[in-house]
Amino acid sequence: MLTTKKKSPYTIACLVILAVLAFLFIFPVYWIITGSFKTAQEINSASPTFFPQVFTLDNYRKLFAEQMPLFQIKLAGYTITGPAIATSLKWLLNTIVMAVASMILTCLTAAMAGYVLAKKQFYGRALVFSLMVCAMALPKQVILIPLVQQMAAMGIHDTLLAVILPIVGWPFGVFLMKQFSENVPTEMLEAARIDGAGQWRTFAQIVFPLIKPGVGALAIFTFITSWNDYFMQLIMLISRANQTISVGIALMQSGPDANDFGLIMAGAAVAAVPILAVFIMFQRYFTQGITMGAVKG
Amino acid sequence: MAKQSKYGASRALVRRETTAAYLFLLPSLIFFLGFVVYPMVTCFINSFTQYNVSGHTFSVDTMFDNYIRMFNDKVFWRGLWNTILIVVVSVPVVTAFSLWVGAAIYRMGAKTRSFFRCIFYLPVVTGTVAVAVVWKWMFNKYTGLFNYVLGTDIGWLGDERFAIWCIILILFTTSIGQPIVLYVAALGNVDTSMIEAAQVDGATEMQVFWKIKWPQIMPTTLYILVITTINSFQCFALIQMLTSGGPNNSTQTIMYYIYYQAIKLGEYGYGMAMGIILAIIISLFSAIQFKVAGKSNS
Repeated sequence: MLTTKKKSPYTIACLVILAVLAFLFIFPVYWIITGSFKTAQEINSASPTFFPQVFTLDNYRKLFAEQMPLFQIKLAGYTITGPAIATSLKWLLNTIVMAVASMILTCLTAAMAGYVLAKKQFYGRALVFSLMVCAMALPKQVILIPLVQQMAAMGIHDTLLAVILPIVGWPFGVFLMKQFSENVPTEMLEAARIDGAGQWRTFAQIVFPLIKPGVGALAIFTFITSWNDYFMQLIMLISRANQTISVGIALMQSGPDANDFGLIMAGAAVAAVPILAVFIMFQRYFTQGITMGAVKG
Repeated sequence: MAKQSKYGASRALVRRETTAAYLFLLPSLIFFLGFVVYPMVTCFINSFTQYNVSGHTFSVDTMFDNYIRMFNDKVFWRGLWNTILIVVVSVPVVTAFSLWVGAAIYRMGAKTRSFFRCIFYLPVVTGTVAVAVVWKWMFNKYTGLFNYVLGTDIGWLGDERFAIWCIILILFTTSIGQPIVLYVAALGNVDTSMIEAAQVDGATEMQVFWKIKWPQIMPTTLYILVITTINSFQCFALIQMLTSGGPNNSTQTIMYYIYYQAIKLGEYGYGMAMGIILAIIISLFSAIQFKVAGKSNS
């Protein structure tokens, strides 16, 4: 099978179909990027051009035109206002803060929990684990409506925390980390205990280095999924200053600028390019992450 | 290996381990119980109450009102019908397609494989919002690419006949990436000694695939079926951005209707009741898939 040098008609047909499909999948991204550099006349013409005839930055200028303060803190009657920043950059910044915080918290809590679920015998272990598996089988979005009320009651609705906390609570990460921790040799843990290492030291200095590839996979996975978790961001983040780039662009396309496709493509490009760059840089770990999640016992 | 006798060590040791274990579990458990389990429980309880912007009351007489209202709500049934249509069309297509692509790119060199895998993952990474806005433009009646290329004059997303199929097409491009990655990985784990033995015995490539590889990648297929079903049932962002359920409810889905009732109109109790029903339907679908796949596996 591996030595066939001559390509069979079937293989060639496969390649052709794959190439056509690949084109269809790349095209929307191409259309976003080129569209964002087209002039209004070109965008609104009934015969689209496949490459910008006149290259313009107007869409980006318009996108970054509106400004707002970077932060605003009310303290003892005084309002401290930060320097002005473009609204869309503020959204991008919010998204980065949200995704990074979700990523760090998820990795830390999941690595600790996954390790004990895989490696320790304790009362209630089966209960905790099966509760997590059951929760994962249920649709995540169903709990969003009660979560809105809960966040409002806690006074953190319309803050980034309202988006971060439920992401960290979702048990997929624990599940993944348990999978990776199973491979840590039990003898090493016993040896560490005999040598007098405490529980925390055993985890931090022996287990953690061994499951590092898994943590990396979870980190990149959490980063991308939280970046793109549009529904949660939409219902939790209300005021313009607190929104993420996804919500900002989505509201733009339903607002007064709904038909300014050039502006919207520029927004879509600003939303998509950073996450695409992250994905391409860490592609290998990401693939590993979603594969590991599927291989369950 | 991890399972020695359940409490094989001394009870004192298990007790000490239990304390340590819960200290490690604590951070994760707080988030899990507080922001996953607790809302699930409140969702269930509140679905039996009259809960909307004007107040929150409970009485035994009106306990099932939300569920009765759902039963009589034509829009709900329309949404359910559309949701099931999306699931029934997209799940088999996504699974079959990703299997074909996975099998095709698996036989290629590592570089080509990684290239294609990346390409089919693009719509997932760029995010639903970016994907939705660019398709909205391509489907636009006046300046869109589709009408230009096909020479038609159709308002795709505003046309009752086409809107739901446009949504299904876009959903397809955003759901195929993960199954392909999973299939490529699963095919890489297939036991090669059996394949070699079969080839020595003169089995064709088709026979090798269906008799040896297919049963071995069955768990992956099952997982893909379940996640694709869950994702299709929860189709929301595309609807919210592209059609808002219209025209004339032709793209109404349960998830969008829940959002519309609970967030837009403030009918929290009603939205939660629909959420409970949706969860039950999804569990039923998953259970059926497990049953069927489990049977064909043995």
